[in-house]
Amino acid sequence: MTAPAISLRDIVCTFPPSSKGRTPYTAVQNVSLTVADGEFVSVVGPTGCGKSTLLNVAAGLLNPSGGSVDIFGEPLRGLNRLAGYMFQAEALMPWRTAMQNVMAGLEVRKVDAAESRRRATEWLERVGLGGRGDAYLHQLSGGMRKRVALAQILILEPRILLMDEPFGALDVQTRQLMENELLALWSANRKSVIFITHDLEEAISMSDRVVVMSAGPASHPIGEFPIDLPRPRDVAEIRLTPEFLRIHAAIWETMRDEVLKGYQQHERA
Amino acid sequence: MNAPNASMNFYRAAMFAGSLLTWYVLTETAILPPFFFGEPLKIAAQMWTWFSSGTIYPHLAITLLETLLAFVGGTLLGLIAGLWLGLQPTASDLLSPYLKAFNSMPRLILAPIFAVWFGLGIWSKVALGISIVFFLVFFNVFHGVREVNPVVLANARMIGANKPQLLRMVYIPSAMTWVFASLHNAVGQAFVGAVIGEYLGSVKGIGYLILEAEGIFDINAVFAGILTLTAFAYGLDTIVSVAERRLLRWQPH
Ligand SMILES: Nc1ncnc2c1ncn2[C@@H]1O[C@H](COP(=O)(O)OP(=O)(O)O)[C@@H](O)[C@H]1O
Ligand SMILES: [Mg+2]
Repeated sequence: MTAPAISLRDIVCTFPPSSKGRTPYTAVQNVSLTVADGEFVSVVGPTGCGKSTLLNVAAGLLNPSGGSVDIFGEPLRGLNRLAGYMFQAEALMPWRTAMQNVMAGLEVRKVDAAESRRRATEWLERVGLGGRGDAYLHQLSGGMRKRVALAQILILEPRILLMDEPFGALDVQTRQLMENELLALWSANRKSVIFITHDLEEAISMSDRVVVMSAGPASHPIGEFPIDLPRPRDVAEIRLTPEFLRIHAAIWETMRDEVLKGYQQHERA
Repeated sequence: MNAPNASMNFYRAAMFAGSLLTWYVLTETAILPPFFFGEPLKIAAQMWTWFSSGTIYPHLAITLLETLLAFVGGTLLGLIAGLWLGLQPTASDLLSPYLKAFNSMPRLILAPIFAVWFGLGIWSKVALGISIVFFLVFFNVFHGVREVNPVVLANARMIGANKPQLLRMVYIPSAMTWVFASLHNAVGQAFVGAVIGEYLGSVKGIGYLILEAEGIFDINAVFAGILTLTAFAYGLDTIVSVAERRLLRWQPH
């Protein structure tokens, strides 16, 4: 058996107190999570439970306070060079056009300008932005900017994709469109994916496996659910199948208490 | 600022003409004594003589050279120092009280020292201008670097940018907004450095010309010098605005 693409073992992340007199905050504790090569794994959990924190650990942007990270069997040191990271917040360079943003990764790799322009044009077309390459970011809608971000990452052909609530800010229609496009792109060339979301339906309709996190502090996985729905999938249609509803009910059963707990903590905070 | 439309341009021109006319009438009727307030027509005549005979050009060239050297030098030094210190938390912690002290010092009091160090030629004026412009740009770049969006930075690192590439792709473009905010101010201050330096000791330059005219109570020549300087400062500021519009094209308006 080949080594898993990502293997997080016993990850602990403790943040120092924000001011004197406060206690340190342990966001996640004892998190072990593996993603097989080519597997699409979603992580769901209440807001603030530490999903972004975990993704930062897998990306090598954050050093965990405890535990280890292996990428294809190798301990991760520094940034994860095999991973493309789609951030939750806007992460593109606003001083660059869509095209220049998509080309940025090739530029730092010193790829010839004409060649990288050709490939960027191709990728912009693939994400449905053909002809919009010269637009600056403020001239594009939120959905279009997410497409640019996706193209910026996929052009580098990473073996691992880390996606942090990538479509969270989009309206339902745009969102389902993007989900289907992502699945199509993914199935053409199976990358290993960690897909963070707080939307259980999105998680089920996209993934091979759904991991449910508890509410923070010291958040950790409280359930793992294989999703054996047939592929290729249409994210809108699959939500209506009895199979989907059965899985949804089973996962929701596990999640409900945690969501309530997270909600109450939110209220108190 | 919105692009002025035709009627706004008309009102602006009318306002300019109106002010001149008021000035003319007030001094012509001696409601304002012409000895102190000058006379627009004589001022215009003086400027015409200067430019048509060419006697002003050597002075203008010197003042503009001092200003440009101070502006460009101060901006570049401020840019480099701001980027460098912005990326070096330890060094900036060490230097921050000194920088604040220097910045709060009225830099014009350095003029006599620069005159001693660099003599009465252009370099004492350039040094004075640089000492003013540098801090304006420096603090803006410094803050610009500190305020770089951390997500944009992390994203650039994730797509493979190394330190120098981050500087070029993220830090510098991000600091540019702040730089331009300071450059408009810097233009005016570079002129201040040049002219004050000339007042304090020089044999050439518009400041020298103004001082000389004042010595013989030629108030019209003083005003002519001031107006000439203002026109050129405005011109330089316009060049900065054009550069700004081009370089910050990516910003929503
Ligand atoms: N740099 C940090 N310093 C202190 N606390 C942090 C930091 N980053 C995240 N946290 C805290 O850790 C918890 C998890 O955050 P995050 O991973 O962003 O949650 P999620 O992505 O699941 O909404 C939150 O309570 C947050 O306040
Ligand atoms: Mg998050």
